[in-house]
Amino acid sequence: MDVVVSQIFTGLSTGSIMLLAATGLVLTFGQMGVINMAHGEFIMAGSYTAYVVQQATASAGASLLISLVLGFLVGGAMGVIIEITLLRHLYHRPLDTLLVTFGVGLVLQQVARDVFGAPAVNVRTPSWLSGSVEVLGAVVPRTRLFILVLALVCLAALAAALQYTALGRRTRAVMQSRDLAESSGISSRRVDLTTFFIGSGLAGVAGVALTLIGSTSSTVGQSYLINAFLVVVAGGLGQLRGALIAAFVLGLLQSFLEYSTTASVAQVLVFVVIVVFLQFRPQGLFSLKTRSLV
Amino acid sequence: MSTHTPSTRTERDPLFGGNAGMGSEYLEVRGLSVTFDGFKAVQDVDLTLLQGDLRFLIGPNGAGKTTVIDAITGLVPATGKVNKSGTQLLGRKTHQIARSGVGRTFQTASVFEELTVLQNLDIAAGAGRSPWTMLRRRPGVEPRIAEVLDTIGLASLAEVRAGILAHGQKQWLEIGMLLVGNADVLLLDEPVAGMSKEEREQTGQLLRRIGAERTVVVVEHDMDFMRQFATSVTVLARGRVIAEGSVAEVQADPRVQEVYLGTTAAAEYTAEIGGA
Amino acid sequence: MSTTTPAAPARRWPAVPGPLRTGAGFALAAVVLFAVAPAVLSDFRLGLLGKFLCFAIVAAGIGLAWGRGGMLTLGQGLFFGMGAYVMAMHLKLADAQVRGDAVPDFMSIAGVRDVPGWWQPFASPVVTLLVVLLAPGAVAVLLGLMVFKRRVKGAYFAILSQALAAALATWVVGQQMLGGSNGLNRFRTFFGFDLSDPANRRLLFFIAAGTLLVVVAVVRQLMRSRYGELLVAVRDQEERVRFLGYDPANVKVVAYTVAATFAGIAGALFVPLVGIISPSDVGIVPSISFLIGVAIGGRDTLLGPVLGAIGIAWAESSLSESFPSAWVYAQGALFIVVVGFLPGGLASLGGVLRRRGRPAERVPHEEPDEPASVRTTEPEKEPVA
Ligand SMILES: Nc1ncnc2c1ncn2[C@@H]1O[C@H](COP(=O)(O)OP(=O)(O)O)[C@@H](O)[C@H]1O
Ligand SMILES: [Mg+2]
Repeated sequence: MDVVVSQIFTGLSTGSIMLLAATGLVLTFGQMGVINMAHGEFIMAGSYTAYVVQQATASAGASLLISLVLGFLVGGAMGVIIEITLLRHLYHRPLDTLLVTFGVGLVLQQVARDVFGAPAVNVRTPSWLSGSVEVLGAVVPRTRLFILVLALVCLAALAAALQYTALGRRTRAVMQSRDLAESSGISSRRVDLTTFFIGSGLAGVAGVALTLIGSTSSTVGQSYLINAFLVVVAGGLGQLRGALIAAFVLGLLQSFLEYSTTASVAQVLVFVVIVVFLQFRPQGLFSLKTRSLV
Repeated sequence: MSTHTPSTRTERDPLFGGNAGMGSEYLEVRGLSVTFDGFKAVQDVDLTLLQGDLRFLIGPNGAGKTTVIDAITGLVPATGKVNKSGTQLLGRKTHQIARSGVGRTFQTASVFEELTVLQNLDIAAGAGRSPWTMLRRRPGVEPRIAEVLDTIGLASLAEVRAGILAHGQKQWLEIGMLLVGNADVLLLDEPVAGMSKEEREQTGQLLRRIGAERTVVVVEHDMDFMRQFATSVTVLARGRVIAEGSVAEVQADPRVQEVYLGTTAAAEYTAEIGGA
Repeated sequence: MSTTTPAAPARRWPAVPGPLRTGAGFALAAVVLFAVAPAVLSDFRLGLLGKFLCFAIVAAGIGLAWGRGGMLTLGQGLFFGMGAYVMAMHLKLADAQVRGDAVPDFMSIAGVRDVPGWWQPFASPVVTLLVVLLAPGAVAVLLGLMVFKRRVKGAYFAILSQALAAALATWVVGQQMLGGSNGLNRFRTFFGFDLSDPANRRLLFFIAAGTLLVVVAVVRQLMRSRYGELLVAVRDQEERVRFLGYDPANVKVVAYTVAATFAGIAGALFVPLVGIISPSDVGIVPSISFLIGVAIGGRDTLLGPVLGAIGIAWAESSLSESFPSAWVYAQGALFIVVVGFLPGGLASLGGVLRRRGRPAERVPHEEPDEPASVRTTEPEKEPVA
């Protein structure tokens, strides 16, 4: 019984990490159709932001909070720069965006290696996050609990922003029909830029959070990227609730499979499950209804 | 695939009620309904289309004309029955329906722009080819393709990339692609939209000519064009068939006048979109 | 951007060279590969070139599937890895047999006494060759049917195929019996030939060169065939093709399978030529790296991918040793510049420059024929009314 509970928590934790990494992608990939392979490097930028901030701050707790804000801004700024210089020329060639942003990712990784060195660095955990708590008889590290909460908060904040702010309404309008939105006076350029800023900023936040559970190297983002993309694909393009469900289902699945097999076999099986799932729902869990002909 | 005996290849005009008598090809639509998220875009539509009848499908914007074609060709899920000369079409896959001889065009021309006119036609002619044939080069121009190139007036442009054709030429190419594919039911969605008056006239003649041997449905807004070339008309409004018959009968129908033809609003509308 | 096709750049569909130029090209390639290269290159360099040829074989398949078929095959490392590991297992077993050991060297170091059951079939050279030739294709057929029949395409397909390569790499790392993250290495013989003998290594190079020529010939035939035209049609307007009576999924599966088979063969040749296969040769990064040469050379041309792959691999091996960091920047910049701003690759450079001075492509001046229906004087009949 305890085993089940602890596997559930492991799964929720894995899921929340996937969710955190994927939330930004729901916006940029799901809603704008940009396959941004540099998203992983935005995550990495968030992690290194946390590292740099901690060098300058005495208290690990304060540094974490500052980093969360700064990481968001750093990720967002990087996203906006790439959007302006590269992506806006490529909106009609989504597959090419993938390769171009992969190139960006390669460069950013190398920059990180040249600046911070190849060995991984570590960020100290604030005292109020060290240790674990007992939930239903399972021992759960506080950091993992924090990430779970942070992922849900980010998702909820994003959902609320999309639902209730004027900007969110404009964003949704552009996502559903770019032409229609433009003809009713919405500047899709502005919306694109803002969406990209928020989506990339969330990657930065994810990067900061990930320093709590692992060390930071130039490839830290890349290792989370595939799973993040799979979450968006399985959840349905641009669907926050889809991403939420997909992330936790995949996380739980992985956790239980890992328990009964090995980590690498679990990863492979999760992939197989997704392919089979797409057999039944090629559009993912939820899908936007659009009228597309040829 | 072709069911036409040489004797039916004589020059004949389309006729009201078809020109092939008993034993002709037909397309029978019964109780066709399409629902999008609870919105009934097409409701209980019945259509009987006979070989050699040039049927026009008209109706205000959003009436469901395109959706009817989508449903028949398997693009959107639908309920009801669609029977083509004894074969049930509904529920089969798009490409299977196409293979059974139902061809369609789209509101926006959709030829393969990177390929030449000839390559476009050759692909359209080849759905039944064996793998072995597919893996070899295209030897010259097949006679039926040469014939169609003549019919659609693009013989001198056979080697031109389809992407640089004029709008009207693209529409002709699309029709040609259905002809080489031996489609005997042709569903044409606004084939003359955006054409010049002269091109419309040419297209109308082309439709008449090919309509003589096939079952052709033309979706069109332009009333003048319809009057000139239709042999029969079905009027759709809000997803339902509200009238059917010859041009004169339909024009005289008060219900049609109400929703579409006689009213001043409709007259303005017609003038607006007809252009000429 | 062109006004006609938003989806594709406004350039002519590159033709495949005709029989004469092809014959000359093959003759030239044969002379270079079989006479010039062995004469001027040291044994070491020749081996290096052999490795590049393996990448070129993968690239030829990607050119077909991606350039002509529009399928962004981000996961060719999977098929490359299948071919490579199967071959590596066979070589390890054969080496052990030559030495009279019960198990390959790395297993006995790990204290393994018996060859695992799933290794045993690969003791047979025939089984090994059959698996190398057929298994990647079979997996591609299965996967392609599952994915394409359900109309999973574009970015979805790219991400799934990438995940696939990642899954293989992850799985292999966890497999002690495949050498884990070290991979399999130190091969002594190749189907009975001693791999330390330069003459045999040269033979190996010739096998790779011959394979590349065959692969290019196959791709050329496919591109020139009716199938090749249909593939381009599917790439540009997949949904439209359905309404002409084709199932686009089948069309795509063929190209995907051919590309997978080529990648598998390349992997199998890579192993004896390079002497090692490890997870880092099959994961996400090498899989995407296969694409860069293809993009640079011209993804939808016949020779562009092949030459691009060789050029990139050559540049990498000569630059990365002395300036590892500069090479990564160069690679990233190439992705950005070539894919972003020269999608036709170097092959389109001539065309781009030539078009500068000239007005845009236009319909030939002669008037098109009128539709025949207008010319034939039909008896004018009023529609029955
Ligand atoms: N895929 C779809 N999803 C939702 N509504 C649709 C879809 N396709 C068509 N409709 C709606 O169905 C109605 C009929 O559309 P359509 O067949 O295109 O009309 P027409 O071709 O007669 O102008 C319209 O109200 C349209 O908005
Ligand atoms: Mg319509």
